[in-house]
Amino acid sequence: MLTLLFILFGALAIGCALAMVAQRNPLYSAISLIGVFISLACLYVMLAAPFIAAVQVIVYAGAIMVLVVFVIMLLNVEEEERSPRRLKFLVPLAVGLAAILVAEVTFILVTVQEFRVTPATGAGDVGITHSIGSALFTQYLLPFEITSILLLMAIVGAMTLARRSRKGD
Amino acid sequence: MDLAIDIALKLAAITVAFTVVLLIVAYTVLAERRILGFIQGRLGPNRVGYGGVLQPFADLLKFILKEDIVPDKSTRFVYFLAPVIATMAALMTMIVYPFGPDIRIPFTDITIPLVIARFDISLLYVLGISSIGVYGIMLAGWSSNNKYSLMGGLRSSAQMISYELALGLSLIGAVILAGTLDIARIVELQSAWHGTRWLILFQPLGFIIFLIAAIAETNRIPFDLPEAETELVAGFHTEYSAMKFALFFLAEYINMFTVSMLATTLFLGGWNVPFAEDIFGRGTFLFGLVSAIGFLVKIIFFLFVYIWLRGTLPRFRFDQLMNFGWKILLPLALLNIFLTATLIVFFPNL
Repeated sequence: MLTLLFILFGALAIGCALAMVAQRNPLYSAISLIGVFISLACLYVMLAAPFIAAVQVIVYAGAIMVLVVFVIMLLNVEEEERSPRRLKFLVPLAVGLAAILVAEVTFILVTVQEFRVTPATGAGDVGITHSIGSALFTQYLLPFEITSILLLMAIVGAMTLARRSRKGD
Repeated sequence: MDLAIDIALKLAAITVAFTVVLLIVAYTVLAERRILGFIQGRLGPNRVGYGGVLQPFADLLKFILKEDIVPDKSTRFVYFLAPVIATMAALMTMIVYPFGPDIRIPFTDITIPLVIARFDISLLYVLGISSIGVYGIMLAGWSSNNKYSLMGGLRSSAQMISYELALGLSLIGAVILAGTLDIARIVELQSAWHGTRWLILFQPLGFIIFLIAAIAETNRIPFDLPEAETELVAGFHTEYSAMKFALFFLAEYINMFTVSMLATTLFLGGWNVPFAEDIFGRGTFLFGLVSAIGFLVKIIFFLFVYIWLRGTLPRFRFDQLMNFGWKILLPLALLNIFLTATLIVFFPNL
């Protein structure tokens, strides 16, 4: 049953990801990306990480993608024109990178086959809200606070840049 | 084999819950029209059946039989997808709310819980699903290829993003006090003091912020800017007709219902009826029945408040709406979190 669901959501995630790249209409790409995020959240639930799954849906599908769709709607972006010629030189580069990626995936698959890992003890409550919260506010307090200050700086920076350009007009 | 029985039971529970909720929703629409009629000194629909009790079914029949018009220049796939997303997201949150305590069927030993699904993060699940619901409105506005629809869609997404923050933050206080994100557990914690330890006693500010933000999230008056008739024809659903319009209509009323359920479970004690435990005894069938009815009565009270507001208040201007959300509601919600956290530090046993 679990395997069946895994295959279903995995296929959904890959299908949506392919659709996102293949679509010419930016809004369709955005919708596909939302599909990817939701399928990933379902996979997280099956990996016993419900908190991560919920946060994935709330933050990525519910907040960031809403902003993306909002901007696409606001600017009324037209369909992207087919195969822009000036970017032709990127094709060999893309093929090379794809080859490296395939090599990496094969390497990882082979390595995983060699080392049979037994599940760590107490892995059952790693994804639970309580354990994440207590770890975040005790053991990892400093990185957590630094991250929040970094985000605050980004917000303040964006605000100053947007304000200055408006005064310049 | 156990799995099959489990799935069948869950499906049965979902069917029953959805039927009950959809019936109440149908009669909310009728109640709204009758109460608005009363407030405005007129009668409202009272011809179909005794006092208009069959009006919802007449309306449904009308929606099904009407011609379904699809605009020529619309983006067809998204145009069809939007009402589906709106209704699905509205219905999906319903499964985590406890309608009552565990109930024992008379003359047997079978106890059934009156909640469809119980898990660790049900509150986050509700917030996640309701944030998906925005897409229904946004995509409807975009795909109709109509400037009024687009304006409605843009307004609603801006409004819902803004008020989602205040809504989420106003719940944090209640979560700090309860110490869990499991909605069913939060309700059980409020059973203390003979069923009167409701979180509203400790969270009056959080409750008010939640109520205001929830009205904005469901796009109801005085926050119904997305469909403001006087300026946007009908907002995001201008181009929708027949059953597809009915789905948006339904989604709005189901959202009112689920938000009322959230307010009830988090602040008004959920299914806890004061002193019901002392009269009927815990675990009896009557106790379960009284609790479930108590839960529905509290929800109906919130639905009445919604209708009452619609009959009373004018609509906000858009800049007023944004200023109110970001400059008043959000700081107040943060203050509420700060106060609650301070309270917990000094009285850890609260």
